[in-house]
Amino acid sequence: MNWEVVIGLEIHTQLSTKSKLFSGAAVGFGAEPNTQTTLVDLGMPGALPVFNKEALRMAVMFGHAINAEIGMTSVFARKNYFYPDLPKGYQTSQMDHPIVGKGYLDVVLDDGTTSRIGITRAHLEEDAGKSLHEDFQGMTGIDLNRSSTPLLEIVSEPDIRSAKEAVAYVKMIHSIVTYLGICDGNMAEGSMRCDINLSLRPKGQKEYGTRTEIKNVNSFRFIEKAIYTEIERQADILEDGGRIIQETRLYDPEKNETRSMRSKEDANDYRYFPCPDLLPVVLTQEYVDDIKTSLPELPSQKAARFQSEYALSEYDASVLSSSRAMAEFFENANDVVKDAKLTTNWVMGELSKLLNQEQLDIENSPVNAQAFGELLVRIKDDTINGKTAKDVFQAMWNGEGSADEIIEAKGLKQVTDTGAIEAMIQTILDANAAQVEQYRAADDDKQKKMIGFFVGQVMKASQGKANPGLVNPILARMLKG
Amino acid sequence: MFEQSIATLAKKLRNKDISSVELTRLFLARIAKLDPQLNSFITVSEQRALEQAAVADTLLQSGKGTSLTGIPVAHKDLFCTEGTLTTCGSKMLHNFIPPYESTVTSRIQQAGAVMLGKTNMDEFAMGSSNENSFYGAVKNPWNLDMVPGGSSGGSAAAVAAGLAVAATGTDTGGSIRQPASFCGITGLKPTYGRVSRFGMIAYASSLDQGGPMAKSAEDCAHLMQAMAGFDEKDSTSADKPTDDYLANLSAPLTGLKIGLPKEYFGNGLDPKVADVIMSAVKEFEELGATVKEISLPNLQLSIPSYYVIAPSEASSNLSRFDGVRFGHRCDNPQDLLDMYMRSRAEGFGTEVQKRIMVGTYALSEGYYDAYYLKAQKIRRLIKEDFVKALEEVDVIMGPVAPTTAFGLGSKTNDPVAMYLEDIYTLSVNLAGIPAMSVPAGFADGMPVGLQIMGNYFAEAKLLNVAHQYQQHTDWHLQTPNMAKGA
Amino acid sequence: MSIDKQDVQKIAHLARLALTEADADQYQHSLSSVLSLVEQMQSVNTDGVEPLSNPLEMTQRLREDVVTEENRRDAFLANAPQAEAGLFLVPKVID
Repeated sequence: MNWEVVIGLEIHTQLSTKSKLFSGAAVGFGAEPNTQTTLVDLGMPGALPVFNKEALRMAVMFGHAINAEIGMTSVFARKNYFYPDLPKGYQTSQMDHPIVGKGYLDVVLDDGTTSRIGITRAHLEEDAGKSLHEDFQGMTGIDLNRSSTPLLEIVSEPDIRSAKEAVAYVKMIHSIVTYLGICDGNMAEGSMRCDINLSLRPKGQKEYGTRTEIKNVNSFRFIEKAIYTEIERQADILEDGGRIIQETRLYDPEKNETRSMRSKEDANDYRYFPCPDLLPVVLTQEYVDDIKTSLPELPSQKAARFQSEYALSEYDASVLSSSRAMAEFFENANDVVKDAKLTTNWVMGELSKLLNQEQLDIENSPVNAQAFGELLVRIKDDTINGKTAKDVFQAMWNGEGSADEIIEAKGLKQVTDTGAIEAMIQTILDANAAQVEQYRAADDDKQKKMIGFFVGQVMKASQGKANPGLVNPILARMLKG
Repeated sequence: MFEQSIATLAKKLRNKDISSVELTRLFLARIAKLDPQLNSFITVSEQRALEQAAVADTLLQSGKGTSLTGIPVAHKDLFCTEGTLTTCGSKMLHNFIPPYESTVTSRIQQAGAVMLGKTNMDEFAMGSSNENSFYGAVKNPWNLDMVPGGSSGGSAAAVAAGLAVAATGTDTGGSIRQPASFCGITGLKPTYGRVSRFGMIAYASSLDQGGPMAKSAEDCAHLMQAMAGFDEKDSTSADKPTDDYLANLSAPLTGLKIGLPKEYFGNGLDPKVADVIMSAVKEFEELGATVKEISLPNLQLSIPSYYVIAPSEASSNLSRFDGVRFGHRCDNPQDLLDMYMRSRAEGFGTEVQKRIMVGTYALSEGYYDAYYLKAQKIRRLIKEDFVKALEEVDVIMGPVAPTTAFGLGSKTNDPVAMYLEDIYTLSVNLAGIPAMSVPAGFADGMPVGLQIMGNYFAEAKLLNVAHQYQQHTDWHLQTPNMAKGA
Repeated sequence: MSIDKQDVQKIAHLARLALTEADADQYQHSLSSVLSLVEQMQSVNTDGVEPLSNPLEMTQRLREDVVTEENRRDAFLANAPQAEAGLFLVPKVID
């Protein structure tokens, strides 16, 4: 059977506010358990929530970035269920009146095609705490530091049709929220977590199949792998004539499989109702418009500008604008060297290669954009050639100094003195008289092939420092005799 | 000494006729002697009281402080008090010592008042008789076989018996006014949002409101001076300046327009109570007020609307009592579910469990529209009735309850009958307007309260109306026999 | 409006209240009578009436995004039925 996969994603992004959604406790990762809590986050009797202004602003920013309707009146609702890391016995969320309504994103895939993914809504809600399953007298420990941390839950339409598309969409959301500066995007620390709703249906069928929900997948790679394994699992069941059970599943990256979360199977009735401790959030048009005009440049806008301003290809522009840090690095380096083509090649080439090798983010590059630009200047002004530049870059990476310091210390400056080059060539021609004879006897085509030998000898003799731009014409002239 | 007003006591403290420590000891002694009969206190915080009294005396020595400085008061045991047991009348919180202070008690403390202790109440403020307390029923000082009303029954009984100069209460559906009426004291439920709910253990968040319970309107005004006002820690707190509640107490009532809703005087109202109310209304006419009949047509619907909204909010508000972070946890839980199920079943009393279940049901899938949403729509109709009526009249008057205090145990088997008794008070909470209960006479030896309802944020007006009445009557000065000679 | 014992047990489970058989009988009776009481709402026409969830119909106030609270873990943990290493302890949670 030819199956079509239908995917909808719910992405929880942790907003990078200083304090919590409903309390003045600090937000942060990795603090000692329960040290970043106040009576509101702990659900103490008599505690009351007050809404964080910055979380609201961030949500509206996101709404603009996905071309969405902004909820001019949004309402917090309580989602009631019992769980030890949910201190109040309800999660304060938004149900009927979310802060961000319908929007969409145009996602560019690797093959250059674009697909439009609908976004149903994005709503504000508070995060829960954490259950720690290390053995404490055979019990579970509850840490509520994360409780009441602000989340923006971004719910897509079931518009996604492949794992690749899902990953491209999540990467785009990641890039938008980091561009906007509303989320640190740190997936390993749980700042972005993804729930995957997935079902299969025979190609051509209109009705959706029964879906499963894979909870809390927190890396691009795991999203892709989880989708592949779940597609396989569902297809196997359907092809054996079985039925998919609607349930919540968990992806296990070690075994690369999804498994049912039995404890959550308990059919839940969340009894949503408007939170009586919070009032409707009412926005003015002026407030919404002000946020729109002060929005930073978004990835798609930046990519378009890179194409027009720097004459980059669509692919190069989209790679360089995929993260705000990468784009800033590119633009800052280019400001120094003022050669977009050279900068693009080096950012996407050598820099990316070393970052990948050491699994570093561009923010943590040991060579900053200014120093990187200065290196490129030395290529552009022929102080060093491209090959030498790679060695200089490696030395910069190792912390040996600036480009100029390394060039100076290692004596890597190109020989651009024509007299010295002529002398060097003469020595080589003298030592290779037979080859010179052959060259002079050959026709044009053959000469073009043979000149490489002499160039190689010159470069060898100069230890790579002879400027190839000078070597070639001088050599050609002297070979003629 | 125990029956004197805040103003009189404040003057005596200032004149050094008595010290706050002496006054506090006097009340502590009265509690020790009389409260075994009443059971109006859950906790007597003797040490805290004496410490605060000593601080007050130092302040008074240097001529500082407010009219509340050094005055011994009591707090309903649902206001969180830092370092002092706060039970909410429940086994669930039998061991709960909050590390924080409610805004109401904090402001009263800031004003210099002395906290004698925490008063008994219906568990989680659910009840109209104070029989739903894990710490035992409270008795009515006027007749120990009768209930004091609820849920702020402990506060009402303590003030009526002279065990505290004044007390705080909370009112979700009548819990200040009805016990004030049954015990012959003065109580004010302020406009929703006028008094902060921070640190007040929630029953029904959109209805709960704290307020003063005292012997007179003037004493209530003194407490309101400290209690009322915007609190940034409560999102539902009204960001609106408070009135000076003492300034206009003496304004004459000439031209005051009083509305009498015909629905408050229909079937079910004890004729003897009706007589008391009507003579009080006559008194107002003699003071220059005019009276007209008005209608609040949806009054009857306040009962079903309230008994959906309040339990629904309660079912969610009380989910935090789960045995994880504070309060009661069952012994030897088998697993997580067992811990939840047994901790909550053991920690909550029957009435609380019943209301949690009613609310859970009303909010559950498939019933939400028919119950909760419908009740919220009716709530608007009820509010609109009041808004319309208050365009025509300045205040609305009627009884607080259809009867005087009933016998202990007489209604425990028919809780729905008890719900019906709340008919005159519930609608005020649904609309969010302020209302008072003012002693207006006796029927068969038991006190009857006159209810005075006013427009949003018209607390100063209500206190003025009640104070003028009290300048011409002495119902509020009556003292039950058990309180005398102690 | 009345509900059966199974309904009562279902509601009690949602609300995490352990009921004995005898409790369930009693609550079946008392819940049914409350539900009958509130049933009279259904006869009222509320077409076009907006639900009222807050009597003052105010709007939400916003808090500045500043950290105002300090760590008071020990004070809070003091009320916990069981705590260790700064954590609240509960019977083992199985995911």
